[in-house]
Amino acid sequence: MSKVYDVAIIGAGVIGCAIARRLTLDGARVIVLEKAPDILDGASKANSAILHTGFDAPQGSLELACVQEGYKEYEALRGQMNLPLDRCGALVLAWTEDQEARLPILMEQAHANGVEDVAPLSRTETLALESALNSTVRASFRVPRESLIDPWSAPHAYLLQALLNGADLKRDCPVLAGQFDGRQWTLTTPRGDIQATYVINAAGLYGDKVDLILLGQSSFNIRPRKGQFVVFDKMAARLTQHILLPVPTETTKGIVVCRTIWGNLLVGPTAEEQEDRETAGLDQDTLEMLRAKGAEILPELASEEVTSLYAGLRPACEHKEYQIKTHPDTNMVTVGAIRSTGLSSALGTAAHVGRLLEGLGHQAQPIKIPDLPQMGMLAEHETRDWQRAGNQGILCHCEKVTYREAMAVLNDPLAPKSFAGFKRRTRASMGRCQGFYCGQAVQSLLDEKGLEHD
Amino acid sequence: MTDTQLNFDVIVVGAGPAGLSAAIELKRLGTGSVLVVEREKQAGGIPRHCLHSPYGMREWNRLMFGPAYARRLTQDALDAGVDIRCETTVTALKPNGVIDISSDAGQQTLTGRAVLLAMGARETSRSARLVGGTKPKGVMNTATLQNFAAFCDHMPFKRPVVVGTELVSFSALMTCRSHGVRPVAMLEKNGRITARAPFALAPKAMGVPLHLETQIAQIHGKRQVEAVTIIDPSGSHTLQCDGVIFTGGFRPENALLRSSGFEIDSGSLGPKIDQYGRLSDTGYYCAGNILRGIETAGWCWNEGRKVAQCIAAGLQGDLPPRTPVNVSAQASASEHAIKFTLPQAISPSDPKAPVAFDKLQLRLSDAYTGDVVIGTSTHRVSSKPERRILLPLPQSPVSQKALP
Repeated sequence: MSKVYDVAIIGAGVIGCAIARRLTLDGARVIVLEKAPDILDGASKANSAILHTGFDAPQGSLELACVQEGYKEYEALRGQMNLPLDRCGALVLAWTEDQEARLPILMEQAHANGVEDVAPLSRTETLALESALNSTVRASFRVPRESLIDPWSAPHAYLLQALLNGADLKRDCPVLAGQFDGRQWTLTTPRGDIQATYVINAAGLYGDKVDLILLGQSSFNIRPRKGQFVVFDKMAARLTQHILLPVPTETTKGIVVCRTIWGNLLVGPTAEEQEDRETAGLDQDTLEMLRAKGAEILPELASEEVTSLYAGLRPACEHKEYQIKTHPDTNMVTVGAIRSTGLSSALGTAAHVGRLLEGLGHQAQPIKIPDLPQMGMLAEHETRDWQRAGNQGILCHCEKVTYREAMAVLNDPLAPKSFAGFKRRTRASMGRCQGFYCGQAVQSLLDEKGLEHD
Repeated sequence: MTDTQLNFDVIVVGAGPAGLSAAIELKRLGTGSVLVVEREKQAGGIPRHCLHSPYGMREWNRLMFGPAYARRLTQDALDAGVDIRCETTVTALKPNGVIDISSDAGQQTLTGRAVLLAMGARETSRSARLVGGTKPKGVMNTATLQNFAAFCDHMPFKRPVVVGTELVSFSALMTCRSHGVRPVAMLEKNGRITARAPFALAPKAMGVPLHLETQIAQIHGKRQVEAVTIIDPSGSHTLQCDGVIFTGGFRPENALLRSSGFEIDSGSLGPKIDQYGRLSDTGYYCAGNILRGIETAGWCWNEGRKVAQCIAAGLQGDLPPRTPVNVSAQASASEHAIKFTLPQAISPSDPKAPVAFDKLQLRLSDAYTGDVVIGTSTHRVSSKPERRILLPLPQSPVSQKALP
């Protein structure tokens, strides 16, 4: 006899994870269905790991509201769950006369968006803040609250808190079909039928497809937009304190240069439209271009070592706005086309979805004292486990990942089901040697744990 | 000695051939306390997982396999009274021989009257080579492959492609063939192999096609590698395989040096030393592959031994001050041919002072025939890239002490 859930969430990306947390804390019985072997395997596996203020979001948009609500909630809960935040600030840099002319307009937009602490900087002031910057910079403005976070520990924490408070998760569990009988949904999956009163479509790159399967139609079409990144070794992080942003164009926020919360330096993303929803391929010419672009902005980057490469797919569509829609006749909410601000907006988007669900008649009965997970702290600027006694020694030398950290991840309720999932949770073998030293030790540890790795 | 001891005459960082041989030599020369710290679980370094010959000829005139060689060196060090602490990572090098370490006990600070850095080298990863495509499992360096062969009961693939033709690339071939793995091809971007000519026969002897003037452009596969795209003069082709071994392209494991503020040679990517193996902070010495990328274990063993003799002299106050002149080498007919020269600086000489680097090590990044000007002397050089070239050491500057 299978259990009837209040809510089934399709997709365990950052948005699905945050919604699972919100609704669970609001008292709902939640199940999360993820088609991949592990969570965060689609759009959420690759981003620039920035917590945005929304200074450049479209005025009055739902995206802006969700980003700002999400930012506030992240600040409020990060202390409770041991999540990092590096409030380094961003500089929007103008390199040409045209770009310089656009800075006041962008600052006005920031003001209109409620980001009132932006401050204009002359060329000299800019270079005084960032001395490694190419001295041909013309001017900039500073956005003090743009911040770096851990793009994986945050969604893990959200879903882990949902699980600790009663939610269920099924991985390797794509939704193949669904029937709504006027009262509840029956979702068909390879792992059995799932029954739930409400369904949330948070399927990211497959958002339109899931709408088609469940509703017979979709009001948007996902057009994956690929972003490639080059990551430099930790010594390169000295070259900038701020997140270095270009003046955006119509189609893209442009190529960012910033540190990561783990103390590396990244350059990216590109914005390349493609049909394929699964594969984000790397391309040597583009990677060379990114490396050159990075060295153009920070000349000393030219002699720094590349540590890793990655590419991700944003679930963009023909509309610029988030596609968040309620379907009152069928007890469903579609949360689609969260294309590039998902990490920042996730908690805000989740709160918004919670309110939409109440609008559909769902009664929230918040859990009085919810359980809180404590996440492993991987941020370079915080005290790490290798600095503490009893860490059982170091497994990955480049990223200084301890055996105790690895075992904690392998034993928690959200233990990884794939090698990639383990790497995302621990950063083992993600450093400069890319597994030269620890690759086999990591694999053997996962084999020992009987992890079904991919 | 106990784990609570925090002060040593000499601390050696890295228990590979250079570090262990230095520690043994230091004890032979009567140095009081010598500690070797090693971050891996066992001492021995890279030879621990090199399941092939030849090792040990220079050291003991015996032909050995890597693991036996690593065990013998480790045992010799222990027998000599060297203290070895494994699973201990050095996290910072500070002035005056003060080093921070991390282990299961958390963070500690140790002090050596002298510190020898022998952290070795690693191969260039797929990422650092900017190779495109997807990121499936089965892509690794030779060392990781050898770790699977030595410490694991299964291999990570059955039909990999081997990228590169350095000496280590043939070591990868041998490891594959002795563990039931059949490489489908060996790729070299240049028109001839990088290792010495006789090795060009080895792939064929092992039934592995050697593709010259061929680069790897893309890796394909979702979970495991399924194929690679290669480019040769006739165009681009797909090669079915289930793994990719990126071999060679060794570079010093220099992160600790850089994060501790030591100057790095932009050619060798190692530290800048004088002929005694000293760094700018004269409490610190270097030996082995941290200096330059790759040499054989025997070469590193010898270098460790020689630098140990300098360290022992230094502890006695018998080394001249580090007031060096920098060595500058110029290839007359090419701006780019010289990759590095080693040592980078020459300090004054002294009759009591042993010299660890009595020859100038020169390495080319391109094949070059022509003159190389070093200081006031000119040398005729004709060599392929990445070969060891030894030239006479430039003359020492006059010691301050010798001046009237």
